[in-house]
Amino acid sequence: MNAKIIDKIATAIISLLVGVVVLILVALIGYILFTGLPHVSWHFLTSPSQAFLSGGGIGDQLFNSFYLLILTLLISFPIALGAGIYLFEYAPKNWVTNTIRVAIEVLSSLPSVVVGLFGFLLFVVEFQLGFSILSGAIALTFFNLPLLTRSIETSLSSVPKLQREAGLALGFSRWQTVLGVIFPEALPGILTAIILSAGRIFGEAAALIYTAGQSAPVLNFANWNPFSPTSPLNFMRPAETLAVHIWKINSEGIMPDASAVSAGASAVLILAVLIFNVSARWLGNRIYRKVTASK
Amino acid sequence: MDEIKRQLTKASKATRQDRYGKWIAFICTFLIGLLVVSIFYLVASKGLATFFRGHISLWDFLTHQDWNPGQVSKNGVPSVGALPMIVGSFSVTVLSAILATPFAISMALFMTEIAPKRGQRFLQPVIELLVGIPSVVYGFVGLTIIVPVIRAIFGGTGFGILAGTLVLFVMVLPTITSMYVDSLRAVPRFYREAALALGATRWQSIYKVVLRASIPGLLTAIIFGMARAFGEALAVQMVIGNASLLPHNLISPASTLTSVLTTGIGNTVMGTLPNNALWSLALILLLMSLGFNLLVRLIGRQGRFTK
Repeated sequence: MNAKIIDKIATAIISLLVGVVVLILVALIGYILFTGLPHVSWHFLTSPSQAFLSGGGIGDQLFNSFYLLILTLLISFPIALGAGIYLFEYAPKNWVTNTIRVAIEVLSSLPSVVVGLFGFLLFVVEFQLGFSILSGAIALTFFNLPLLTRSIETSLSSVPKLQREAGLALGFSRWQTVLGVIFPEALPGILTAIILSAGRIFGEAAALIYTAGQSAPVLNFANWNPFSPTSPLNFMRPAETLAVHIWKINSEGIMPDASAVSAGASAVLILAVLIFNVSARWLGNRIYRKVTASK
Repeated sequence: MDEIKRQLTKASKATRQDRYGKWIAFICTFLIGLLVVSIFYLVASKGLATFFRGHISLWDFLTHQDWNPGQVSKNGVPSVGALPMIVGSFSVTVLSAILATPFAISMALFMTEIAPKRGQRFLQPVIELLVGIPSVVYGFVGLTIIVPVIRAIFGGTGFGILAGTLVLFVMVLPTITSMYVDSLRAVPRFYREAALALGATRWQSIYKVVLRASIPGLLTAIIFGMARAFGEALAVQMVIGNASLLPHNLISPASTLTSVLTTGIGNTVMGTLPNNALWSLALILLLMSLGFNLLVRLIGRQGRFTK
């Protein structure tokens, strides 16, 4: 056969397969939004869930998801930043550093269910924190740390070397150079990394089933005392997140409208992740322009 | 004199700050290392208890077919045969990787060779969206679309390895694609130019040169995809049917290591044999993930482009 015809056929096949993938994505998102969005209403978003009756909402789960997200980022960002700075700036090239890098890589590829089980064993059982937001946030931190560390290190090292040399030439110490010169320049990249990891955390369920628990006790949103068991701010209460809720009602839910609730909840979850992704790009660009005075 | 000497030789504020900063940063890094070590230690100590304290031979655990840890089989040993789960995990992993690879290669070629600009602008968000969709949502869609469709076409319950494979296919596709795109980009430009200068068509230069030069990258990408498929828990658990039987075809209910873990840990008592047997499954997961990592390193060492 003619080489040119083969070339055309191959190109056509490749384009076809790409088309199939795009179609799958469009169908997937279309299906979730079309079946889910009609169920989403203000009532659905704010009312507590029902175990046996129809008409339940996802209010508590939604709050739990965001609360857990914020706590996780509060714990994991400082650690990841420290580790990122160390690996970028201070780490000597020896076997210790190498081992740590391998360890981070291994951690990032561990199945999230194993990370969750480790959190369950250590925090829920050994340290007796019980199924609680705190255990969940720590498990999510483990899950989030390696990727966040790596992307912070990448953002730091994508800053041109000249900036670093300029800082050092002005007589800054390495620490001052990193914090005062390189960090602001790398900030857009770091923020993008944080928001993208937020999307991952928001949708994660496997690590949470046995750490934050699968039950959502009734919350009283007028009670802001963090030590009261019905307060939304309480660290030690079990907290079912949105993603766990979807899993739970699909595998053992007995309310009559389980599929409607999970369709609605899936749509909300997808929208939240979409918003995270879009805002990551937007914010990154905007801050970069502000900080660096480039057009 | 001494006063001046002391002032001149003592560390400046910046130096002290630098030292503190270095220590803080090191402690953060050390914490992550410690975390990995303790994960391995804890899971291994729990998982090995099945064999040391439960006196179950490793060989029986890996090859026996009946999984019913609460009960004792005829010959007086608790029936903890993990073979059905191991087979289940491996079959969904391998099948989904086989299914996803042609699509991933096409996506990556389209983005790098065929339409670099448009393909990149258009397909990058596609990949990011596919990565971003949470796994429970994949599971939910699998449960409401794929399972009924399989039921309608092949009969049976619809739950099984086929449904798990189809769900995992969509989940590993973006992983394989984005990694393979990176390794295609790493193929030096002059390889392509040389092929084109010899009169090769675009497909000839892709097939004879670019694809072959990037085989290590492709293998790495596929292994990463398989690692993700192997460790995926909830999406698979929702569609696989959760029957700890050796699957005899693709549409009979089966189970994977992860699906048994997610459903079982909550229903067993800590420290008992049924519970330890589950931790042994977790240990297998852990070791497999380590194995995938080693494999990637091995391939990576072979396949670097050297200038």
